[in-house]
Amino acid sequence: MPDHNGSIRIGFYICHCGHNIAATVDVEAVARYVSGLPNVVVSREYKYMCSDPGQELIAQDIHDLNLNRVVVASCSPLLHETTFRTAVERGGLNPFYFQMVNVRENVSWVHEDRRAATLKAMDLARAAVHRVTFHKALERKFVHIHPDVLVVGGGIAGIHAALTLANSGKKVYLVEREPTIGGHMAQFDKTFPTLDCAACILTPKMSAVKAHPNIKLWTYSEVSSVEGYVGSYTVKVRRKPRYVDEELCVGCLACIDECVYKEPKYADSFNLGLSKRKPVYLPFPQATPKIVVIDPETCIQFKSGKCKQTCVEACDREAIDLKQAETVEEIKVGTIVLATGYKTFNARRTPQYGYGRFPNVFTSLEVERLINASGPTGGHLVTREGREPRTVGIIHCVGSRDRNTNRWCSRTCCMYSLKLAHLLKEHTGAEVYNFYIDIRAAGKTYEEFYDRLLEENVHFIRGRVAEVTDVAAIPEEEGHLIIRAEDTMIGVVRRIPVDMVVLAVGMEPQADAGDVRRLFNISCSTEGFFLERHPKLAPVETFTDGIFIAGACQGPKDIPDSVAQAGAAAAQAQMLIDKGEVELEPNTAFIDEEHCSGCKSCIPLCPFHALSFNEATGKAQLNAALCKGCGTCVAACPSGSIQQNLFEDSMIFGEIDGLMNMVYETGKEVADVA
Amino acid sequence: MSPEVNSNGWEPRIIAFFCNWCTYTAADLAGVSRLRHAPNVRIIRLMCSGRVDPQFVLDAFVQGADGVLIGGCHPGDCHYMEGNYKALRRFRLMRRMLENMGIEPQRFRLEWISASEGERVRTVVNEMVETLRPLGPLALPQQRVRWDEELHEHVTDEKEVKSHAG
Repeated sequence: MPDHNGSIRIGFYICHCGHNIAATVDVEAVARYVSGLPNVVVSREYKYMCSDPGQELIAQDIHDLNLNRVVVASCSPLLHETTFRTAVERGGLNPFYFQMVNVRENVSWVHEDRRAATLKAMDLARAAVHRVTFHKALERKFVHIHPDVLVVGGGIAGIHAALTLANSGKKVYLVEREPTIGGHMAQFDKTFPTLDCAACILTPKMSAVKAHPNIKLWTYSEVSSVEGYVGSYTVKVRRKPRYVDEELCVGCLACIDECVYKEPKYADSFNLGLSKRKPVYLPFPQATPKIVVIDPETCIQFKSGKCKQTCVEACDREAIDLKQAETVEEIKVGTIVLATGYKTFNARRTPQYGYGRFPNVFTSLEVERLINASGPTGGHLVTREGREPRTVGIIHCVGSRDRNTNRWCSRTCCMYSLKLAHLLKEHTGAEVYNFYIDIRAAGKTYEEFYDRLLEENVHFIRGRVAEVTDVAAIPEEEGHLIIRAEDTMIGVVRRIPVDMVVLAVGMEPQADAGDVRRLFNISCSTEGFFLERHPKLAPVETFTDGIFIAGACQGPKDIPDSVAQAGAAAAQAQMLIDKGEVELEPNTAFIDEEHCSGCKSCIPLCPFHALSFNEATGKAQLNAALCKGCGTCVAACPSGSIQQNLFEDSMIFGEIDGLMNMVYETGKEVADVA
Repeated sequence: MSPEVNSNGWEPRIIAFFCNWCTYTAADLAGVSRLRHAPNVRIIRLMCSGRVDPQFVLDAFVQGADGVLIGGCHPGDCHYMEGNYKALRRFRLMRRMLENMGIEPQRFRLEWISASEGERVRTVVNEMVETLRPLGPLALPQQRVRWDEELHEHVTDEKEVKSHAG
């Protein structure tokens, strides 16, 4: 038994977690069993260890019983390790004389057999009790937080986060890959349930971003590399050439008028291809910054080199620079907020609804543009044939709550479908049919909005639509699209002929969410949205310190929730900045120079170049500032001269020994387990 | 490990080394999602699968584990850039070595399980338990006792041992 600190005096505490643990694990038996293990001075069970009295129990015992090691068996260390370390520290002990045993996520929540679960809990407890004897006092490590913040994504979440931070006096870099900020919200007509126009509430915020002295706005730009750690990230931003000098362009749009293309010819992506643009264009009138872009894919000069370049002539400020090249900016920031948003479900993946086959099947986002006063039809809602529809069917849950596509609920579609139903009726007086599975109107004044729609005589048919077809069964259906669905309220299959079908497409992770995740070293959840540190208690934090997430990149959410989350992410970043420093996990490696043979095995293994060879001493040397604490070098050192704090060989071997029961004979309590 | 040898007889005993960022988080997710699985695995949390020293694996077997499972991030996803590749390299060498020592390769498994793959933790654990069942106990500690006995049977006195060794 190692004895670096006199005699080892361990306190063991197992948590009931209400019934979460105690229902499956016989916590009394575990506590009784552990009390018989060597070095254990006290072994207790308590209803909620993480509560104030629970923590106080630890602190008090350290004081009264002179404990020098603490083991808590409760939930995952990823949840409460810091909590208990702090409690240990409050008791006057170095916080790293602590080991946590996960008997909730790893035991009670995944096993049913009480006996097997209890035995497993005993094993894990014994392993920790043995491991903790090898623990050492460590110094807390702090790093300085660079006060600048990077916000990635200029939708409503990114805009709100950037403004919040900038208004609190922080310098913010806002990087957006499109030529303008605004995101999806800029494409919407009105917002539910208040029906205020999206542009009216968004565009002032967009111009505030542009005008803010603390915000450096980089549109048409993408983050290309991220290095460093919390407090000190070095980020490279690739600024794509827009072939227009941002400093010189004033957004007069003369170049667009004078383009050799007299008529717009290319699909306008802001209007989802429902209108056309020229090779030189402004995405939409309120685009921020109001600077035109030249698209090299369609511009004649780029395609053939033989354009008259009338745009260049037209610009009296000589802002057009067809030789502009991509540039890379390198910035230093301390924290990062990711607000990269979502993409809408591709309706072609549900071929039974005929999107792409029947011209009058639209997606909800297309209808947003059609209804919008600055949209391709000037807000005049018409079918492809240019007629006002007399009947419209809205199909809910397209690409949501569906085993064949996405299983999750996209949360926003019910409400925006209700909104569109209202607007369609208002604009055209059409009969509107909603085909829904459930109406999910869980939000402030959302249910009231639904009630209002019912009073407006919008039709609701409960049932998933089987298909949209143009094959008429009766003469009245001729020339219409027919929506066939079971009305589960009355148990009959109905055929509703309509002039226009709107598909309420769901929300999905961005196509490149996986790449972005790798770039920022964070995780994604099963569906591909960015994973938060804890679904309830750390909803905007990620597992990478200093990187926060906001908006729909974390999961489907509407505007109020995105804004709320963006504010929370900004507050988290601000908290770090204002504190000025952050504590790092002291799990870095260290070298025992005396035993290092200078074999250099470790040096090429470190991806962070923290290890080098000291020619003078003939030994390896470690730059602790660069070490991230993975322990790969430790595993490779043939002489065991490199160790990792908190994960020293002795501790891991101790844990294995403890688990395999080679150290302690199991007490007779084990046999008593029911 | 406690004697799970109960009325049902022998149960495989597996030691798992899970990396903090992916597989341990996935195991937590399995917990949060209440994905019930076999109780035969004891998880040891490391920061990275690259921290798995081959000696940990040997030690686990020597101490009586019937199987060892390593869980790390998918290739390209390592929180420390390339620790999982180091783990893979060591895993391949180790498995060959273990095979030469007479330890079936099925007893030693490496899996890439990302933080979102709670379901995969359940599948892998259950699969591994089912794979180990027909193999039976490895029981190296007991075997060591048997080997010692065998040696003693073959060896009559100290001298002979020395001459063999020489």
